[in-house]
Amino acid sequence: MSIHHHLDAASLMRYAAGDLDPAFAVVVASHIAMCDECRQAVRLAEAVGGACLSDMPEAALSDGSFTRLSRMIDAAPDTATKRRPVEATPANDPDGDVPLPLSSLIGGSLDDVPWRLVVPGVYRHKIELADTSSSLFMLKIGSGRKMPEHGHGGTEMTLILRGSYSDSMGRFGPGDVADLDEHVEHQPVVDSDDPCICLVATEEPTRFKGIVSRLMQPLVGI
Amino acid sequence: MLKVLRMEETTEDPGPNTDQARHEALITAVADNRDKSAFESLFVRFGPRIKGMMLGSGAGEDLAEDLMQEVMLTVWRKAALYAPERGSVSTWIFTIARNARIDRLRRQPVQPFVDVETVSIASDAPSAESEMIAGQHGEIVRAALQKLPQEQRDVIDLAFNQFMPQSEIAKKLNLPIGTVKSRTRLAYKKLKENLEDLR
Repeated sequence: MSIHHHLDAASLMRYAAGDLDPAFAVVVASHIAMCDECRQAVRLAEAVGGACLSDMPEAALSDGSFTRLSRMIDAAPDTATKRRPVEATPANDPDGDVPLPLSSLIGGSLDDVPWRLVVPGVYRHKIELADTSSSLFMLKIGSGRKMPEHGHGGTEMTLILRGSYSDSMGRFGPGDVADLDEHVEHQPVVDSDDPCICLVATEEPTRFKGIVSRLMQPLVGI
Repeated sequence: MLKVLRMEETTEDPGPNTDQARHEALITAVADNRDKSAFESLFVRFGPRIKGMMLGSGAGEDLAEDLMQEVMLTVWRKAALYAPERGSVSTWIFTIARNARIDRLRRQPVQPFVDVETVSIASDAPSAESEMIAGQHGEIVRAALQKLPQEQRDVIDLAFNQFMPQSEIAKKLNLPIGTVKSRTRLAYKKLKENLEDLR
């Protein structure tokens, strides 16, 4: 897979430090599962955590701390995890385009997603996550369709899974991620023959500009 | 296949006197022989530091102790999953501590993190990439961190030593959130450059 659009370094560092909201963590994890370059990058970010742990001043442990842990280990059956290779996409994914972290949430096939039509040519599937103030959803947008032009109330992250779109930042195909700050305005147009399917995390409801878009927003709900 | 290649690689890895080489030998003894005294050495080394991190991130004494025990129990159980080509032992333990904290303190799902780690094991080919990762062991990253300008170092310390959210770092340092982000980006970029220079 040739990937041209990658994660922002600040997002990688937040992921490594465990500071991303669950919706964004799913998008980042899904991209990392598809992108060797970002997987390598996140390891460097995690190595920062490893170095910090090594340099951490030692806190006093409670009395008999190791003995207690040792007893816990002896009391339970030894459930040592064995190493076994796992593919980047699940075995039940016929097209190989559902990254493992996403398949935990939607199953193995993009064809089985329970889409809901929001406006002609635009389908949406909201993924419910506990304890998040952000939203995570999938979009399926027909060929030639425009997403309404919009600025962002907060950060937004979009991972392309199938098809492609173009906007002022370039062309986005499978595996590409658009990791956008607030204040960015863009108007993606789907330029693949087949619909474009993507996974989107947003910090706040995206605000569409223009009266028609405003009227549409409650329908699209993004 | 992967395992064989890995063993060949690690024999010519950093010298036997580095922390990483010692920790790796201990992890291997735990994974292969369920060696309790090797595990105790890891516990003595990492337990107090993990607890220090948990205390720094706002956990009380009991919770910090409890989380530390949970992390070390995971180390015992999952020792076989440690993959040296992906990073140092301390990095691996850091990610376990991070996940335990997300799970317990933030009550958020850690499945995406776990999935990524599973994927990485499968797709890691012993390659230029893995050699580069092997080069990122402890001392090198620590040296690179020390070369960061103080203002970048502060942001990194708060984010990783104390697990402080970006929004709180901004408040604490009295900076706009965009500045915290750009310092984080700069720190990452510098770190990457420094690592390439050191290699």
